[in-house]
Amino acid sequence: MKADVNPKPVARSGPVVANGDVLLAVSNVSLSFGGVKAIRDVSLDIRKGEIRAIIGPNGAGKTSMLNVINGFYHPQQGTISFKGRERRAMRPYIAASQGIARTFQNVALFKGMSTLDNIMTGRTLKMRKGIIQQALYWGLSQREEIQHRRVVEEIIDFLEIQHIRKTPVGKLPYGLQKRVELGRALATEPELLLLDEPMAGMNLEEKQDMSRFILTVRDAFNTTIALIEHDIGVVMDLSDRVVVLDYGRKIADGTPAEVQANQAVIDAYLGIPH
Amino acid sequence: MLYREAGQFKTTYAADMAVFPIRQDRIALALLVAVAFIAVPFMAEAQVWPFRTDYMVRAILIPFLILSLAAVGVNILIGYCGQISLGSGAFMAIGAYSAYKFATGVHIPLAWLGTAISIPPLPGLISIPLGGLMAALVGILFGIPSLRIKGLYLAVATLAAQFFFDWVFIRVKWFVNYNSSGSVSAPDMYLGPIHINTPVERYLLCLSAVVIFATLAKNLVRGNIGRQWMAIRDMDIAAELMGIRPLYAKLSAFAVSSFIVGVAGALFAFMYLGAWEPLAFDINRSFQLLFMVIIGGLGSILGCFLGAAFILILPIMLDQIPHAVGIPVSVETVSHLVFIVTGGLICYLLIVEPRGFARLWGIAKEKLRLWPFPY
Repeated sequence: MKADVNPKPVARSGPVVANGDVLLAVSNVSLSFGGVKAIRDVSLDIRKGEIRAIIGPNGAGKTSMLNVINGFYHPQQGTISFKGRERRAMRPYIAASQGIARTFQNVALFKGMSTLDNIMTGRTLKMRKGIIQQALYWGLSQREEIQHRRVVEEIIDFLEIQHIRKTPVGKLPYGLQKRVELGRALATEPELLLLDEPMAGMNLEEKQDMSRFILTVRDAFNTTIALIEHDIGVVMDLSDRVVVLDYGRKIADGTPAEVQANQAVIDAYLGIPH
Repeated sequence: MLYREAGQFKTTYAADMAVFPIRQDRIALALLVAVAFIAVPFMAEAQVWPFRTDYMVRAILIPFLILSLAAVGVNILIGYCGQISLGSGAFMAIGAYSAYKFATGVHIPLAWLGTAISIPPLPGLISIPLGGLMAALVGILFGIPSLRIKGLYLAVATLAAQFFFDWVFIRVKWFVNYNSSGSVSAPDMYLGPIHINTPVERYLLCLSAVVIFATLAKNLVRGNIGRQWMAIRDMDIAAELMGIRPLYAKLSAFAVSSFIVGVAGALFAFMYLGAWEPLAFDINRSFQLLFMVIIGGLGSILGCFLGAAFILILPIMLDQIPHAVGIPVSVETVSHLVFIVTGGLICYLLIVEPRGFARLWGIAKEKLRLWPFPY
């Protein structure tokens, strides 16, 4: 293991960057699939430079919320405003072009492609050369490829995955796949990074690595992060503010300490005696 | 021991991103190109074995090259972009008939406007890529359903293209210049002042086309657009969230694929068949190309050539064996045996290595690098 791994990220007390500008605001969003109400009238905001956790029991609507934010689901009511631009429905690739990237709960990498190609895919939006130039390759298109390859190699170095550069991702173990997926999202240079259970199914060591990466991404790349996570310890240590969903409703919102003390949250997680 | 890459360091990203990063591969390729461009024509002119008659060049090498090119086109769509198509034969036909129309002059009377669109006969070398362009346009049109449907359902939708164009080229006499027999013959081909007529000249033209288009295709699949295609193939939802527009990625795959298949169709008609009917591009042709791509290896340019060689050349070779060895069997029995053996080999291959010859070749290379050690 590398020496600079902090075995337990220091818990930061109080709202660290709670006074940042609002980057994304979700207002009164409701989403239903037929009779199933996945999200009911939820409002939340994500401020620039913070790590915002979304937690809740299974089926609370956390992933649906991320899907609404990056345009994959279109809510029936409410609006989303990102960087001051308001919208209700949009295509995911437009959300991507505005600076929203994400990873998935069950890894959604391009299995037939190498680690390098997967991360290079994240550079798609930054590549400008047309199809004819790419077919001719030598000259302009090659120069562009090399220029983006440099950026991708920096991400590979940062995530410590140099040794699997040319390995098809389908062959990689789960923990590394999660790391490659983070790399692919970082390659888009997002302003808002949505992480859907980045630590699901990982052992302690992998969780520590991932926590370190998440903190560095926020601090060094200045990326705002919204993450869903079930490991409450990780959530409490990493995040600046936490929002708690239950049955599609928002039941609490605040600093980790506030949320931890909230009676509704305790009831949602532990149940109420009848 | 010969196939070692020890000591070959890559110091630039350009070297690392080369198509053939290993020196031995580059030497082998250079040799192959030299043999194909120089040795084969000389041997064919000198009529040494195996080029005693022009059969080898005319009936084996030319169709092999052209169908390899068509397989490259099909592989871009199916192997790289993951959009199953059963309409490849139709796109070959569109390339062939469009090139024919461009080469013999296009005349579309527009009576209600009191005018007409007239294009004088164009040289063959210009008509062939134009035929490819027409195929690309139609390909984009028939690729639109792929935005809504996937997999086998898309395959069925592309069948529509196959049957529709089979019908069009039989029924619409305009395409065959109102020839009563329904068959057309290719116009003479000129490269500047040279009349491309003998099998060797035709072979060289086809070879050049294959080298050019296979190189362009390889550049595309290793570049940004190729990664977009593969991303759509492997996980379309994640691809869209990376900023890839499905519309652009899928339709560009249809366009590029149909263009290459269309050029191959025009070459097939002009350089191999000479005179043809729509039957030459029926659904059997689509299936033949699909099998080449599957057996050669989905998502591999090299695989297209290996697959084409297997499907096309192996039966011809098998056909010759009993006579060459001197076993007295009737021609009919031999042709039945060829079907049985080829079919059996296909089953065997797909069980042993579902990812085709390209994968087998990859494994062989790995083993060679480590030889004589097992790992």
